[in-house]
Amino acid sequence: MIYLDYAATTPLDPAVLEAMLPHLSGAHANPASDHGPGRRARLAVEQSRAQVARAIGAEVGEIIWTSGATESDNLAIKGALEFYGEAGGRAHIVTSRTEHKAVLDTCRYLETRGVRVTYLQPGPDGRVGAAQVMAALEPDTCLVTLMWVNNETGAINEVEALAPLLAERGILFHVDAAQAVGRVPIDLSQTPISLMSMSGHKAYGPKGIGALFVRRRPRARLAPQLHGGGHEQGMRSGTLATHQIVGIGAAFELAAERREPDSAHALRLRAALLQSIGSLDGVFRNGGDGACVPHILNLSFEGVDGESLRAGLPGLAVSSGSACSAATQEPSYVLRALGRSDALAGASLRFSYGRGTDETDTREAGAAVAAEVLRLRELSPIWD
Amino acid sequence: MPTYLDHNATTPTDPRVLEAMLPYLSGPYANPSSLHRYGRAARDAVEQARAQVAALAGADAGQVVFTSGGTEANNLAVHGVASGAPRGRLLYSAIEHPCIDEPMRALADAGWPVETIAVDRDARIDIDAYGRQLSEAPVRLVSCMVANNETGTVQDTARLAGMAQEAGVVFHADAVQAAGKLALSFQQWGLQLMTLSAHKIFGPKGAGALVVDRGLDLVPQLRGGGQERGLRAGTENVAGIVGFGEAAALAVAELETRRARWLALRTRLEDALGGLPGVRPLAVNAPRTPNTLQFTVPGIHSATLLGLLDQKGYAVSSGSACASGSDEASPVLLAMGLSNDEALCAIRVSLGLGNTEQEIDGFVATLKQLLASMGLAMPAVVGA
Repeated sequence: MIYLDYAATTPLDPAVLEAMLPHLSGAHANPASDHGPGRRARLAVEQSRAQVARAIGAEVGEIIWTSGATESDNLAIKGALEFYGEAGGRAHIVTSRTEHKAVLDTCRYLETRGVRVTYLQPGPDGRVGAAQVMAALEPDTCLVTLMWVNNETGAINEVEALAPLLAERGILFHVDAAQAVGRVPIDLSQTPISLMSMSGHKAYGPKGIGALFVRRRPRARLAPQLHGGGHEQGMRSGTLATHQIVGIGAAFELAAERREPDSAHALRLRAALLQSIGSLDGVFRNGGDGACVPHILNLSFEGVDGESLRAGLPGLAVSSGSACSAATQEPSYVLRALGRSDALAGASLRFSYGRGTDETDTREAGAAVAAEVLRLRELSPIWD
Repeated sequence: MPTYLDHNATTPTDPRVLEAMLPYLSGPYANPSSLHRYGRAARDAVEQARAQVAALAGADAGQVVFTSGGTEANNLAVHGVASGAPRGRLLYSAIEHPCIDEPMRALADAGWPVETIAVDRDARIDIDAYGRQLSEAPVRLVSCMVANNETGTVQDTARLAGMAQEAGVVFHADAVQAAGKLALSFQQWGLQLMTLSAHKIFGPKGAGALVVDRGLDLVPQLRGGGQERGLRAGTENVAGIVGFGEAAALAVAELETRRARWLALRTRLEDALGGLPGVRPLAVNAPRTPNTLQFTVPGIHSATLLGLLDQKGYAVSSGSACASGSDEASPVLLAMGLSNDEALCAIRVSLGLGNTEQEIDGFVATLKQLLASMGLAMPAVVGA
């Protein structure tokens, strides 16, 4: 089976696993404990914090550990609105219709609490522009939340252009960077984002660990969402999972080191994939017309039923969009937001690949997809 | 290697647990929400672990909601009930972990009437006082831990929950310290909510669960993705959950042998401490978890004694790791009626699977030496 679902989750890099293992066997103390073993665990946690900070151009004190990007998104958005909104009377959020559910569902929840949310429509290339965001601001806008890289199309939003404009206006800017780490250059010492969500398992690290960057200067303030124990500067309580934290630290260090070779590799994989799909007509690329990462390729196939297509490709681990929306079986809301019809949005495949993929994999995958699309079209009474 | 006697803070991962986890750290990587074969394999692993954890809790698999740990589960229990209920009184015992106490205080700040339930000198809940508090309607939630992390005191959870049930009140039990040390019966005890943590039962850090009665209207706190029946969003920490399941299965299978072993070691420790001057064991009249012994040495600040024990190679604690480093007396011990001085001088020994008689004897001998050097020698025979 060819695994082309790296945007859903990546395999753990062997070097990351190696870094984690000592903390699953000998060294096991609670990093909050005050004895020797506890202090050694704390040291490992802090070294990892420095690795993550370095990978994104942040300061060590700006990294808060969470259980993953979903928790980071929830903490950033609810925490900011609770801190600034309810007290300061700033109750408006700007976001986009193509955000991850962790952002959209949190915004929808806040709407039930009286917060107003503007959901921007991306362009046909899947991108949200800086000017578009600035035009949507209102006098009481508290927060703009926008993903750096879209998980379904790979489209890159104008985060770097937008950040200084929002900073100038004193508006908090939260960025979901779950798909961006290791894919685009990130330097938060130059890009004045206020809050940034990160995930371990999208960057060859472990599942169940993430981080939230919380800017110190100017300080972004949050109301904590998990109480009890006062860990993580009081912003996120709970025993720190040392092995997981060591894993994300190692993964992020690697991600920064390998960003360029990984991207070059992904470009080659994408070229092989596109080439093997070849001259098939009625193929539409979703969100690839503007800036996008090379690790994700999203295609819609005219004249076939999406479910039949996926069922006809049992040797390929690909998805039709976000894994988190997979269970609903509905056409991707992201592709719908790009203006695709239900039929085309439904007949889509998201290919995502990485370090463990080689060109033979993507070439085989492309050929299999092309053959299956042709087969289904021949069976179709309406395709000619 | 220091002798580790701080298992109530965290336990080492059992090698058998690590072995069960490894395939999910190095092998079939997938997001359990993905619909392809890899995704389904990850889903199956999560579901098997759910059944294992349910067996530990005395619950059905369908009642287990995985979280990032005990802190998140306790927060979900408190906020999840409060968010869905009209304002009413919230009761919790005076000896709860900070991750119950702090969410309760946050709700108190938001205007909820919150009350603690008194305990006696052995940390047992005052049943009469509790009964009176329950009789004043309306109570929305009671939260009482099954076993205390500091003293090990075990409550009569079935009785406490039964009283709540008669009053029509939702009952939550934090079983983090009880799991693996006594048999849990979520269903027979008539609980609506129960918290569990993997890393206190020789499983990995970063995995926990909230057991939830299906009839309960619990409002999710982490949104976006719909995992865990919509009660807890976020990509599942597959390896951590698999480790949790294995640790739970081992805890069930080995409960009696572990209990017997711990009881023998603790009796040995208690007998030896009985001969040391100035040492006063705590909560000895209450049923306790078999691995836990807390004592106080009034006049010798625990921070001093812990530091010296640490230098001699013994990792013990004053009580809660989460409160380490603070100079404040344990709220648990103060609630038991200890004086500030007695509470500031507490030491907790908590045993694990690997501890031996030699380690206990070595600990006692070291403690005896340290106390002697501090002037707490055995009374000399005058004139001999």
